[in-house]
Amino acid sequence: MSDLLAARSQMGVSLAFHIIFAVVGIAMPVMMVVAERRWQVTGHAIYLDLAKRWAKGTAILFAVGAVSGTVLSFELGLLWPEFMRFAGPIIGMPFSLEGFAFFTEAIFLGIYLYGWDRIPQRAHLAAGGIVALSGAASGVFVVIANAWMNAPAGFELAQGQPVHIDPIAAMANPAALPQAVHMTLAAYAATGFAVAGIHALLLLKDPANAFHRRALAIALIVGAPAAVLQPISGDVSARHLARHQPVKLAAAEALFETRAGAPLTLGGWPDVDRRETSFAIQVPYALSLLAFHDPGAVVKGLDAAPRDEWPNVPAVHFAFQLMVALGTYLALVGLWAGWRAWRGADLAHDRWLLRAIALATPMGFIAVEAGWMVTELGRQPWVIYGVLKTADAVTPMPGLIVPFLTFTLLYCFLGVTVGWLLYRQILRSPEIPEWRGFYMPVDGRGRVKGEG
Amino acid sequence: MTLADVLAGVIFVSLNAYALLGGADFGGGVWGLLARGPRKQPQRDLIAHAIGPVWEANHVWLILAVVLLFTCFPPAFARLGILLHIPLSLVLIGIVLRGSAFTFWRYGGETDAEQRHWGVTFAVASLITPVLLGVTVGAVASGSVSGARAPDTVFFAVYVAPWLTPFALSVGVFALVAFAFLAAVYLTLEAAEPELREDFRRRALGAGVALFGAALLALVLSGSAAPRVRAGLIFAPWAVPLHLLTGAAAVAALAALWRRRYRVARVAAAAQVSLILWGWGISQYPYLLPPDLTVVAAAAPDVTLRLVLGGLALGAAVLFPSLYYLFRIFKGRSQPSAIGRQ
Repeated sequence: MSDLLAARSQMGVSLAFHIIFAVVGIAMPVMMVVAERRWQVTGHAIYLDLAKRWAKGTAILFAVGAVSGTVLSFELGLLWPEFMRFAGPIIGMPFSLEGFAFFTEAIFLGIYLYGWDRIPQRAHLAAGGIVALSGAASGVFVVIANAWMNAPAGFELAQGQPVHIDPIAAMANPAALPQAVHMTLAAYAATGFAVAGIHALLLLKDPANAFHRRALAIALIVGAPAAVLQPISGDVSARHLARHQPVKLAAAEALFETRAGAPLTLGGWPDVDRRETSFAIQVPYALSLLAFHDPGAVVKGLDAAPRDEWPNVPAVHFAFQLMVALGTYLALVGLWAGWRAWRGADLAHDRWLLRAIALATPMGFIAVEAGWMVTELGRQPWVIYGVLKTADAVTPMPGLIVPFLTFTLLYCFLGVTVGWLLYRQILRSPEIPEWRGFYMPVDGRGRVKGEG
Repeated sequence: MTLADVLAGVIFVSLNAYALLGGADFGGGVWGLLARGPRKQPQRDLIAHAIGPVWEANHVWLILAVVLLFTCFPPAFARLGILLHIPLSLVLIGIVLRGSAFTFWRYGGETDAEQRHWGVTFAVASLITPVLLGVTVGAVASGSVSGARAPDTVFFAVYVAPWLTPFALSVGVFALVAFAFLAAVYLTLEAAEPELREDFRRRALGAGVALFGAALLALVLSGSAAPRVRAGLIFAPWAVPLHLLTGAAAVAALAALWRRRYRVARVAAAAQVSLILWGWGISQYPYLLPPDLTVVAAAAPDVTLRLVLGGLALGAAVLFPSLYYLFRIFKGRSQPSAIGRQ
């Protein structure tokens, strides 16, 4: 394994690990706050139990997210010192802002987790709301910095060095908005469906369990709207790619030749040497239609770039197809659930819907990972698109396979541990016999509480 | 004073806050490892109780310092990343294990064996990370993170020798003792029971004395290893007043501990550690990475520095009220119980 590949692998593993925790850190506080609010309104202890379980989940995942995020901030220098030397003054600004958003998130999460008995109810709920908001904000800031790597702006090049630096223009790069929206929606969709899926599975086994029913409802409220909106955001992103990052789109779509009326390639195996994709289904004009909203539009193919500036086409194509397929599934299930709920149906009794939701459990996270593979692998061989090659950014230190293997082992160990803890702390049904009844138990004043 | 100096100062303030707050969280882990006697379990519970709500916020000071460093002084960040790759990677592993083990310990343990397992991981990571952090500081202070290097030198000379020195290790030990000292002093104020408070008072006194020893050792070793820092600390016009102040703070901390004036001890101990840090910082000024990279030479263009400063002002407007609220709730004089609950 070359040092460059080891460095890229370590960065990839670190990002793939961290993104899961970052995504949950954005969406889970929303669920926890909704549950707490339901508890304050209805007074039913099921919601309090849910809020506390999700708070525990947030605590465990946020801690791992915080430390794995620290690793990433250092790895920028440990693995890519030349990238940081170039990019730091231009795109350090959103990282600094992210620092403060992260500060706010950490402070108010501490207040939320440990403050149940120490501050008034309203302040406690507000603390949870601030955690949710600042979590989303820190995600957006980091994605803005990544977007700049894809669509660099805010500087000019003079003998390979950046001059006339404008950090504001760098933050307002053309990829920033589409990527930030796409990632934020992905966070809510992935987390919402993961939680909904697990509770749907438990409801299939234990259909009368009131606890899982409420959990399912709240998780779907967070996940389903985001999943339904995601294809629209995906369309905006694809049109952005067609204009600003044509090589990435060409790799994602396995389009070798620049052409008008380009077809959409579904599936298949791109053969880079023969420049064709075998075993694929071609939908005529569909790519031009999607990329430019015009069936006759010219879409740039991989031939627009020299051969040595192509990314790994099969990997990008496969990851892209995977992301789109999973995202489409989540959007359809989201629509189905929304339609059933709108018609007044009881989702917890719809066994086919429950099965579909249960099947969706890992899909959002797989789609998130696949999406990051599209955006990161699709930019190669560049670390800053068109400006700096990844190979020129890597540290001169040899033997990078050692840190790569060390951090990979560490993350495998942490991943297994976190999975086990989450199962035990969050997902296992509470041992309160009366909650196993489907309908909410009657409270002291003799009326049924907590419908919702 | 240039804009770059101001931002270098902000980074140093951030590191100082990390040492006083995050450092004490590491120190707490050390005392967890060293817990003994009849109140072993109450000591550990007190430490966990004290760290729990604040350690993540305290940890962000380090992240803030790192992002400010790579935004405002990118060449310095790049050089640190290359030459101190190994100790910084080890610091990261320590940070990851400390943070996750603490969380698993507090949320995970159902059985005693499991609790112990995570508690020990947390404590060992808390012991090793400060030493490595100190080692990186020692390497910077000794001027061995230098830009001049022959391209054909062997791996050891480039990537290990700069930090594996007696001086750097002595700074690592100093950092560990200083963090343990701070933690013990703070814990005297956290303890509700007099016996527990006495436990940590004794530990604070012991660590305070050990801190003198560690400082002396580092100073002796600096003679050949870090001549610039040493010369600054001895001959500069500000050296004598600084030493007098530091010495006064150190004596005040020990005296206050002796007389059980814990609030005074907390202020004095924090002042003592801060003054030592600033002594290091001022003695190597104007160099960010001695012997050749100055603050001004490493600085990003003014437009970036101005924007970051604006961002810092905005961020501070959010941060300080939030921090005040956090510490008022969990570290305030009287902790209200059960408002609006039940």
